[in-house]
Amino acid sequence: MYAQMVDTGTPSSATIDAREARFQQRIDDGIRIEPQDWMPERYRKTLIRQISQHAHSEIVGQLPEGNWITRAPSLKRKAILLAKVQDEAGHGLYLYSAAETLGISRDQMVEDLHAGRAKYSSIFNYPTLTWADVGAIGWLVDGSAIMNQIPLCRCSYGPYARAMIRVCKEEAFHMRQGYDLMLALARGTAAQKAMAQDALNRWWWPSLMMFGPPDGDSVHSAQSQAWKIKLFTNDELRQKMVDQTVPQAEHLGLTIPDPDLKWNAERGHYDFGAIDWDEFYNVVKGNGPCNRERLETRRKAWDDGEWFRDALVAHAEKAAQRAAAKAA
Amino acid sequence: MRTARCEYLLRFGDNALILSQRLGERCGKGPALEEDMALTNTALDLLGQARLWLSLAAEAAGDGADEDTLAYLRDDREFHNVLLVEQPNGGYADTLVRQFLFDAWASLALRQLLGSRDAAIAAIAEKAVKEVSYHLRRTSDLVVRLGDGTERSHALMQAALEALWPYHHELFIGDAVDAEMVAAGIGFEPASLRDAWLSYVREVLAEASLTMPAAGGWAPKGGKQGLHSEHLSRLLAEMQVLPRSHPGARW
Amino acid sequence: MKNQWPLWEVFIRSQHGLAHRHVGSLHAPDATMAINNARDVYTRRNEGVSIWVVRSVDITASNPDDKAELFDPAQSKVYRHPTFFPMPEEVKGL
Repeated sequence: MYAQMVDTGTPSSATIDAREARFQQRIDDGIRIEPQDWMPERYRKTLIRQISQHAHSEIVGQLPEGNWITRAPSLKRKAILLAKVQDEAGHGLYLYSAAETLGISRDQMVEDLHAGRAKYSSIFNYPTLTWADVGAIGWLVDGSAIMNQIPLCRCSYGPYARAMIRVCKEEAFHMRQGYDLMLALARGTAAQKAMAQDALNRWWWPSLMMFGPPDGDSVHSAQSQAWKIKLFTNDELRQKMVDQTVPQAEHLGLTIPDPDLKWNAERGHYDFGAIDWDEFYNVVKGNGPCNRERLETRRKAWDDGEWFRDALVAHAEKAAQRAAAKAA
Repeated sequence: MRTARCEYLLRFGDNALILSQRLGERCGKGPALEEDMALTNTALDLLGQARLWLSLAAEAAGDGADEDTLAYLRDDREFHNVLLVEQPNGGYADTLVRQFLFDAWASLALRQLLGSRDAAIAAIAEKAVKEVSYHLRRTSDLVVRLGDGTERSHALMQAALEALWPYHHELFIGDAVDAEMVAAGIGFEPASLRDAWLSYVREVLAEASLTMPAAGGWAPKGGKQGLHSEHLSRLLAEMQVLPRSHPGARW
Repeated sequence: MKNQWPLWEVFIRSQHGLAHRHVGSLHAPDATMAINNARDVYTRRNEGVSIWVVRSVDITASNPDDKAELFDPAQSKVYRHPTFFPMPEEVKGL
C-alpha cells in the first residue's frame, strides 16, 4: 500500500515482559494508544516507518499528477487537479504530524527520504504519459488507497487514526474525480477512448502491486495485525480492489488487461492472473521508470527552498529580539 | 470584432489565468509543505476568478465562445494580460515578488470595479477582492520577512525586485479601451491607481529594508493590447496542447 | 536541519458556534505565520471561522500514568448525570 513491507523489528523474548503484555491487552480491548503512553520500542519504530512512508507517498505522489496541471484540458479540470494535488500535500502534512508525535522531526523524515533511507509507494515511480493517466491514478490508485485507509481510521495509534479520518474525508473526492475523468474520456472520441484504455493497461498491474507482496511473503504482517496498525492483509485488500474495480471498468467500456480475469462463483470473487513480482521488487529497489526523477525533484525543491525556510526563522528570531529589547 | 467591454473583461481574465498557470507550474514543489499549500490556494483563487471573467467575456463575445474556447483556442496575440504575469517563475523570490507587485495592483483595481456601473463586473470584483486582499496580506508579509531574514534572502528579494520592477509600469498605462470603459462608468483610469500603489509598495519595501528601484528606466508594455514577451507563446503551447490536438473533444 | 520551523497545534471554531476544536498541527516560524498556514492548510473546505494556534511545546498534558487516580473516581458519581433520576412520565418540563 502507501506503506509497503514495513519492517516490524524482531522481538527478543526478554522484551515481552509484563508491560508489553499490558500494552497488547489495551490494544486487544480496543483502547487507543496515545503519544505519552508507554509503548514497546518496536511498535514506535514500526509506526514511524509506516506513517512516514505513507506521508512520503503523499508528497512524492503529488508529482505524477502535478505533471499534468499545466496541461489540464479544461479550466474546470485544471481547478480540480490543482485542488487534488494540493490535498495530497495536506495529507502528507497531517501524516508527518502524526509521526512527529512519536518523537521524530519532520525534517529528519524528509532527510531520510532524500537520502534514500525511507521508502514511498512503488506506484509513484511510474510515469504519467497522457491525460488519461490522471484519471487512472484517481480511479485506481486513490481507490486502492481508500480501501487501505478506511480501516486505518480504527488503528491502534490515536494520532495516526485521527489523521486518517481527515485524509479519508478528502480522499473520497479524489477517487470520484478520477472516475469522472475516465467517464468523460470513455464517452469521448475514439482517440480519447484509446487514451483511457492505454492508461488502464499501464496502471492496472502496478495498482495491484501497490498492496504489497502476497501474504505468504509478508514477514511483518502478523505483528502489524496484532498491533492493529494493519487491519487487513495485502491479499484481502487486493481481492477487494479487483472485485470493486471490474464492474467499474465494464461500465466505462474498458477492458482490464488480464486474460485470466474471470468471476469465480464458488469463491464469490474474481480470479485474476499472476502478478509480476520481479517488476515490483525491482521498482522498490529503485529501478522503476521514474524513481530517480521523482527523488531528484523532491531533493531539488527542498534544497531550493532552504534559503526561504532559513530566512523566515531568522526573521522570527530577530523580530522576537526586537520585541524583547523594546519591552526592556 | 470584439467590443471594448469584451476586451476589458479579457484583460482581467487573462491576468488571472496566466498568473494562475504560472503558479500551477510550482504546485508540489514549494519550499515547505505549508507554503506550497498556501501558494496553491492563490493559484486556485486566481483560476476561479479567471473562469468568472472569461465566462462573462464569452457571453459578451456572443459567438458561441465559452471559458474554455477563450482559454484554449486563442493565440498569444489575442491574449490581453499584462507582461508581468507571464514572466517565468524564476526562483521562489521571483515568484513572490511578481505576486506581490500584482496583488498590490489587483487589490486596488478590484476595489475600483466594486463601484462599476456594470453589475456583472461589480459582482466578480466583490468576490475577487476578498481573495486578493488575503493574497496581498500574505505576500506583503513574506516580502517583509524575507527582506529582513538573512543576507541571502535579502539579496535574492532585492534581485527579484530589480528584475520585475520594469513590468509594473504597464499596469498604469491606459489606452482607448480603458478610456471607453471610464466614459461608460464601467472601468477606471489605470494611471489613477499609480500613487496609491507606489505608496503601498514603498511602505512594505521600507519595512522589508529593500530598496525601491529608481524611477524611470526600461518600461516594457504591450501585453494588454496583445503584444507579448516571448514567454507567453510557450506558456500557451503547453497549456493548450490537448484541446489543440483533439479539436472538438470534450473533457 | 538547524533551522526547523517549530511545531504548532491548531484549533478551529466552526460556523456553528461550538468551542474551538483541535484539528491538527503544522510548522511555522512564528505565531502570525502559524495562523496564516493554519488558514491555508486547515480551512480549505469551509471548516471554520476562527483559528487558535499554540506552540506544541507550550502544552502541558496530564500524565497517562495518573489516569487511574485522575479519572476513575468520577466513574462512581453516577448521580451527577440527569439520567440517574427516574422521573414520573406524566410530569412534564423536567
